[in-house]
Amino acid sequence: MVDRSAIGTTDDGYTMEVERGKIREFARATKSADPAYLDDPAPVIPPTFLTTQQFWSTPGAGVFSKVKMDLKRLLHGGQEYVFHGPPPAAGTRLHVRTRVEDIYEKEGSRGGTMTFVISVTEFRDDDGRLVAEARSTAIETARPPVEGGAS
Amino acid sequence: MIAWDDLAVGATLPAREYGPLTLTDFVRYQGASGDFNPIHHDAAFARAAGFPEPFSVGMLQAGILGSYATDLFGAANVRRFAVSFREQVWAGDVLECSGEVTDRHEDGERRVDLRLEVRRRDGGTAIRGEATFVVP
Repeated sequence: MVDRSAIGTTDDGYTMEVERGKIREFARATKSADPAYLDDPAPVIPPTFLTTQQFWSTPGAGVFSKVKMDLKRLLHGGQEYVFHGPPPAAGTRLHVRTRVEDIYEKEGSRGGTMTFVISVTEFRDDDGRLVAEARSTAIETARPPVEGGAS
Repeated sequence: MIAWDDLAVGATLPAREYGPLTLTDFVRYQGASGDFNPIHHDAAFARAAGFPEPFSVGMLQAGILGSYATDLFGAANVRRFAVSFREQVWAGDVLECSGEVTDRHEDGERRVDLRLEVRRRDGGTAIRGEATFVVP
């Protein structure tokens, strides 16, 4: 059962180092051959690279532990990244903080109630400047997901 | 890279195919991203959860769509990239990335808004996406 009182809660925050080798690995895993990622000594990050924030957070300490979602019924509904200027480059240190923006319910097309959890993560540089934001939509389905649903 | 004059509203982007995707592609992405959900590589786990076999990580096809877009518009030029997930993607799927210009702006710096899509060949839409790029 999702706990709606979790709206507005934040995690404790953590620091993430943007590394050239991880950018190269990520670019190749997402089938890019762009020398801007592979050869530049200080490459910018690919559009979805900030998902690697999960390497830097403390397992079990994120906002989802407060929302109490059932992981067996969890789907990733959508993901958005906004960059306030060019994406951060290797060598940048990012200060990361996630808050639960909203939790709401909807009737699913196959019956049953689906719960949507919207979380927003801010990425700031050492000067406190907002570099990027991520908005994630997680969905708890009424029953375990079936083929044809979101991934 | 695409020139500003070729980016009228409604202009379509050159489509591009990726794949067929393999289980190794899923595992490689999981290692790169840090998402180790076993449903994407452990066949017994996937079957126990009601699926015939492991399926791709949604963020893998999202990342491929990101590579498609940055190959066209330049890695440093992305300002927004958003995806919503539709059909799941399976090993053996060939993905077709495509897009269209939905708006353009010239106030200060030149920017285009894009509608993007990942389709499974022989299937439906895997991802609907949107993006904004600066066009230097």
